[in-house]
Amino acid sequence: MNTLSVYSLLDLVIRRDVILAMRRRADVLTTLIFFVLVVSLFPLAVGSEMDMLRKMAPGVVWVAALLASMLSLGRMFSADFQDGTLEQMMLVPQSLSMMVLGKIAAHWMLSGLPLVLIAPVLGLQFDMSGDALLVLVISLLIGTPVLSMIGAFGAALTLGLRGGGVLVSLLVLPLCVPVLIFGTGAVTAVTGGVSAAPNLALLGAFLLMSLLFTPWVSALALRISME
Amino acid sequence: MNWTEFFAMKGYALYVWGSYGIVLLVLMVEIILVRHKRKITLQQLRLIRDAESLESI
Amino acid sequence: MAINWFKYSAPSTFYGLAGKMIPWLAWPAALLFCTGMYIGFFVAPTDAVQSEAYRIIFVHVPASILSMLIYLVMAGYAALGLIFNTRLSSMMATALAPTGALFAFISLWTGALWGKPMWGAWWVWDARLTSELILLFLYLGFIALQSSIEDPRRADRAGALLAIVGSVNVPIIYFSVQWWNTMHQGSTVKLSGTSMHIAMQQAMFSMLAAMWLYAIAISLSRVRSIILERERNTLWVAELAEVKQ
Repeated sequence: MNTLSVYSLLDLVIRRDVILAMRRRADVLTTLIFFVLVVSLFPLAVGSEMDMLRKMAPGVVWVAALLASMLSLGRMFSADFQDGTLEQMMLVPQSLSMMVLGKIAAHWMLSGLPLVLIAPVLGLQFDMSGDALLVLVISLLIGTPVLSMIGAFGAALTLGLRGGGVLVSLLVLPLCVPVLIFGTGAVTAVTGGVSAAPNLALLGAFLLMSLLFTPWVSALALRISME
Repeated sequence: MNWTEFFAMKGYALYVWGSYGIVLLVLMVEIILVRHKRKITLQQLRLIRDAESLESI
Repeated sequence: MAINWFKYSAPSTFYGLAGKMIPWLAWPAALLFCTGMYIGFFVAPTDAVQSEAYRIIFVHVPASILSMLIYLVMAGYAALGLIFNTRLSSMMATALAPTGALFAFISLWTGALWGKPMWGAWWVWDARLTSELILLFLYLGFIALQSSIEDPRRADRAGALLAIVGSVNVPIIYFSVQWWNTMHQGSTVKLSGTSMHIAMQQAMFSMLAAMWLYAIAISLSRVRSIILERERNTLWVAELAEVKQ
């Protein structure tokens, strides 16, 4: 058998995960619906005064994105863990880190990207300006992959444990706080008339750092969980 | 030394003694829990030992 | 004098050593605690700005410092356990976590009690308190993860990885919260601008040393129980006086 190049390995893993997820389309949609639902709950809870909602909007959307991302983490490894595929993946000579990266990419495409695409609609519900909406979308675009990556680490550590979902969230949410702060900070900056560039740059830095370290650390976590 | 004045802490008694109180409480609880854990562990070890000595009969 | 330090990396020898060390740490801790309290309450003068309420700092500041220090030490031991595969290092990390978490809790509680009379609110979203809160969550996550894994070796290593990732993140989290705080013009929990009276410094150091020695003593005590539990099937445990009775 020909050895796979890194690119084709990634392609293989991503395709597989996306195809498998598409067979259970409901799973993917529920994440999206959850996101929309949570965002819509806030005006119901805090009242419809537009000024307040406009100020809250970036925070609400970001927290909802965070929670929705947490929700769908179970899907990343558990199915493969249960049917033995994960074990096979670990025995193969190809790089586990690359395969994890592929899984993260698939997770983001199925959970993060839809959120990014639907965010403008939700932002309009909160009467956000065009500028703010643009920055919101960009911040989510850069930030949601980071959330997927941090989430992957948590999912790998808690593989097969009871109390899974809540435990993963407890582990992962503190680590996501910087992304949350700068993601919302970017939008708040632009609504305040200042440039969002510094915040977005920091988010970009987080993205790069996570790309460098998370696949490898998550692969390590997988090995620890699987022995 | 006016003790009443001292304990009143110029009106901040709740905050000052509330803080020191929680510190003492937490430390005491921690010590009690650690000692308790040790006691339980030793009890279990003795149970194991007893069970094993019964088996060897 | 050549001491074979590695002898003490075996749980069996460390158990005895730790047992002997505890009184030598606990009594000085108690003494330093009393000294600190005495200086803090009877020698240090009333603060010009914060009146008597400032005396909370003698527990708040040491608790904060220790909560962060313990996290680093815990992560250090965990890393040692992961890299060198030494069981005892991992056991020390597990033993340190509850103490660190409790100090973080004390820091938050005393911080709130200090904030209320000074700034009018029970909770002040200043950078340090918020970071402290996140630190508490990091501790709780570590403890929760280890409790939910049955296999001790997996628990050791998963916890270690989490602790290491956590400690790398702590500066990042602190920096982001700092930035967030200045953007939102939150208040800063600080002492009155004037330099600290010598007695205040003495009280602070005394309490810091007291809590530090206490932390070591209580963690050693906890690790002894952990050692007993993990090594329950060994001969040396069966031969212990406290088990034989």
